[in-house]
Amino acid sequence: MKYLYYPGCSLRSTGRAYEESLLSVLKVLDIPFEELNDWNCCGATSYVSIDETDAFALAARNLALAELQSPDGTINLIAPCSACFLVLLKTERYLESYPDVREKINSTLDKAGLHYHGRVNVRHPLDVFVNDYGLENITKRVKYPLKGLKVASYYGCQMVRPFKTFDHSHYPETMDRLVKVLGAEPVDWPLKTRCCGGSLTGTIQEAGLRLNRLLLKEAEKRGADIMLTCCPLCQHNLECYQERINRKFDEKINIPVAFFTQLMGVALGLSEKELGMQRLFKMPSLKQITHPKGEMANAW
Amino acid sequence: MQLPTPTSVHSEEESHKIEKMKRVVRRIKFESELDLNFGERVADKAYGQKLLSCIQCGTCSATCPLAHYMDYTPRKIIAMTREGFKEEVLNSLTIWLCASCYSCYVQCPRQIHITDVMYTLKREAIQMGFHPKRLPIPILAQEFYKRVLKDGRNTESWLLVSLYLRTNPFIMLREAILGLKLFLRGRLTIGREHVKRRDQLHTILEHKKGEAPL
Repeated sequence: MKYLYYPGCSLRSTGRAYEESLLSVLKVLDIPFEELNDWNCCGATSYVSIDETDAFALAARNLALAELQSPDGTINLIAPCSACFLVLLKTERYLESYPDVREKINSTLDKAGLHYHGRVNVRHPLDVFVNDYGLENITKRVKYPLKGLKVASYYGCQMVRPFKTFDHSHYPETMDRLVKVLGAEPVDWPLKTRCCGGSLTGTIQEAGLRLNRLLLKEAEKRGADIMLTCCPLCQHNLECYQERINRKFDEKINIPVAFFTQLMGVALGLSEKELGMQRLFKMPSLKQITHPKGEMANAW
Repeated sequence: MQLPTPTSVHSEEESHKIEKMKRVVRRIKFESELDLNFGERVADKAYGQKLLSCIQCGTCSATCPLAHYMDYTPRKIIAMTREGFKEEVLNSLTIWLCASCYSCYVQCPRQIHITDVMYTLKREAIQMGFHPKRLPIPILAQEFYKRVLKDGRNTESWLLVSLYLRTNPFIMLREAILGLKLFLRGRLTIGREHVKRRDQLHTILEHKKGEAPL
């Protein structure tokens, strides 16, 4: 089964390390994929705040393009950014549930020579790794188990809400199961899906910083060595504003925040560069933690 | 012993204030001043949400991570919307502070899709020119809309610069160091990202320009 891959705008800028590590991991696990040709922005939360038809039409163009690119069967479209994942999924679901919306959007798409038939299945890479590829298969590929590393998995909001495609809305465990397979120890904490504020750090900063402070403090309190995210915006908020949070609220938070694909790559034996580690503000110190199963193959 | 009379303890300015406070002002709206169909219209545009079935339990307000910054809690917004307090609702900060985390959406015991109601209110507020003028959140949404309409993709650096220019250019000084750090790590692009077939995208998005607003 070949996957189609929808990068989204953030994975080309602030979330670059996410794209680099995701593609490296897909390659090393021999999961076949292809980038969606000429994809456009999903519209995020902003488009639907201005004009709903435009928002659906914008997202539906991607779905229609996916159908053009793979002519038969169900298409699994991987969307790594939580916002893209939800917008595309919501569009897919709403076009399915509301015939009048579908008709309206399709008549718009028709003008540009496109049409959406309903063959796309929007997937998150976490779901693909754990439920399609399988944890057992990942176990077999782990070269450097991350023994002793305590990980707080942060899922954010839009990957698990409002649609429960593969995990619980408030207490998901998929990433924790993955982390365990990599040899690390998942930390049990209650704020797994509490909102990081999204773009609030750029607009009403005080509110955004407070939300992130809460998440970071709780993760530290529970003894986590590292926080893992699966959304470029969450990662940006939690990592890049740590210094400012410390200054503003007189805290001493110091915790690396990485993408789950980066940690996966480390355990699978990929190099720092392949995983975009140099793009992080705080590099997780994993050298002492990883215990190579075989001979030392690379820098780790 | 003689007690001081009220006039002797208050300065002229203070007594003026007290007078003003005593003035009789009507603080409650008459039904005739409400937009009674407002709730119905909003519910309709938000896919027939059953606003009248809301039992005002306040689960949405309790679960909302931003409720303590809002001028009306989500529960109040639902109540005011269905009663027809159009100006108050559309002028509120609440609808813009909603970060779309969908917590209330999944928790609501009456299955009201509150996040969709908030989106409908945001659109209504923008179309009717109601939103607080210098609040950065609707400006960010508008700038994002324009950027994607033009290029088909969003370039974060350009989006933020246009946001700061329209709200407070001095913020750029505050964000300069963070921007530089991101740039040095290759996480901020200067060139604008765009789709190849802009014409196709424009046909899709401009096709409905002649239609009446929602």
